[in-house]
Amino acid sequence: MVEAQEDFMQEQETKIIKGNVAAAYAAKSARVQVISAYPITPQTTVVEKLSEFVDKGEMPGTQYIKVESEHSVMASIIGASVAGTRTFTATSGQGLFYMYEMVHWAAGTRLPIVTTIASRGPAPPWNIWADFTDVISCRDTGWMISFASGHQEIYDDILMSYKICEDHDILLPKFVAYGGFILSHTSKPVIIEDQEAVDAFLPPLPDERGWPHIFLDPERPMMHGNLIMPSGFYSEFRLKIHHTMMLAKQKIKETARDFEKAFGRNYGNGLVEEYKLNDAEIAILNYGELAMQIEQAVDELREEGYKVGCAKLRYFRPFPTEEVIDISKKVKILGVMDRATAFGSPTGGPVSSEVKSSLYNSGVSTKIVPIIAGLGGREVNLEQQKNQLKALVKLNETGEYPKDMIDGTFWDGLLEVE
Amino acid sequence: MNKIKWKNICEDKEKRPEVQQYRNWEELPPIPISLPIEASMGMTGDWRTFRPIINKELCTKCGICWMYCPEGVIRKNEEGDYEVDFSFCKGCGVCAKECPNKSIEMIRESEVKHG
Repeated sequence: MVEAQEDFMQEQETKIIKGNVAAAYAAKSARVQVISAYPITPQTTVVEKLSEFVDKGEMPGTQYIKVESEHSVMASIIGASVAGTRTFTATSGQGLFYMYEMVHWAAGTRLPIVTTIASRGPAPPWNIWADFTDVISCRDTGWMISFASGHQEIYDDILMSYKICEDHDILLPKFVAYGGFILSHTSKPVIIEDQEAVDAFLPPLPDERGWPHIFLDPERPMMHGNLIMPSGFYSEFRLKIHHTMMLAKQKIKETARDFEKAFGRNYGNGLVEEYKLNDAEIAILNYGELAMQIEQAVDELREEGYKVGCAKLRYFRPFPTEEVIDISKKVKILGVMDRATAFGSPTGGPVSSEVKSSLYNSGVSTKIVPIIAGLGGREVNLEQQKNQLKALVKLNETGEYPKDMIDGTFWDGLLEVE
Repeated sequence: MNKIKWKNICEDKEKRPEVQQYRNWEELPPIPISLPIEASMGMTGDWRTFRPIINKELCTKCGICWMYCPEGVIRKNEEGDYEVDFSFCKGCGVCAKECPNKSIEMIRESEVKHG
């Protein structure tokens, strides 16, 4: 047993660290009380770093549980959260799939659990590199899902997540996803905020009464996770999850504003970020790391005279329907770039299908071009993103679609071996 | 943000209601909670097909049936005899199986009633 350093207080410091380490620092800054861990690439170094913090006594009062599988990770995190503690874990790809039963259980019990996903491609073919299909497979679980596009955003979004999830009107769990290896294992400067400033930003840790809707007290027993007969309030409890998700959009916006006030970093309206859209004719909506890189592509094309812009989707659940309609209104053609698959869906890409669905009946006639690229960690470099934008410019001018339009979706960068 | 309409059960620990009644989805708390009241799921004794009958002549009052009963419906009365609460006994037969002296017999309910 390592003696906890009761007076341990992190001061604001810029560190050059990997994305996974930024996630670990965020959990530490948030003073999480229970961490449950099982290793899986590319997430492993998140929980490794946290075990190091706990071992050094830098996280006083934090309990670190080692379990035998991801299913048990989420089961133990649920137990800890039901007892009224701030909890954290991390997983990836196959680990998340193994956790899946408990993922539903956490949302149904309305527990404000925060989990990071260093996203990786589902197997087979075996793959451990960036691809958001893993977290998107949790679309209908009742978890909020956001994407971080850079190292600092991983740290910042985890802090914002606790503020959003623990709101007594919300009480839902949340995934913070970022591309495996591309962000998880590369290093960049990250500002780790002053502990007192983080404490002031976040809600206080729950007291012995726990969360407002549930508490464990052996003297006054209660049961949760009850059976509800078909004639009972089952539909109504499900409706409440959906309705809360819709209300959460407001809380997400408020939290982004509060965050900017506290720490000076801006994340648009919290749900989406726009970049040079006001006079743009063509734009591409991205999420995750490619949403940051494409800003450079836009800058370079604008120097060549192209009227292009881009937008970044920060949240997939709740889906920012109104905000996406507003973005679409500003341009003639909107590309929607998925680093993920939704087999058999209208477009084959999960976000492009949502965007198309959002626009139906909105009166906006912007052409949506679904794009899929970068699956399984395939590199999507600056030149490729410039070419995607140019392809949409050409479509606007000549009506000619890119070569690899397959089933209505532009599959960019398919291999062709001579 | 909409204000919370449901009753925060942690606010007033001592005055928690025994049974909470809701009229519609907006009044519901985030999750269903059951508080311990008798027969919240009905009188489960209705489910019974076989009834355990304790033979007092053979019973040694060892308490093994009381210990094994998965429903906790076997009690020791003032005379020291073990009794089954048939309002809730589901007739699983674990007591009869575990009784070391074979002093519990499982009898079909129809036969108990008619004969």
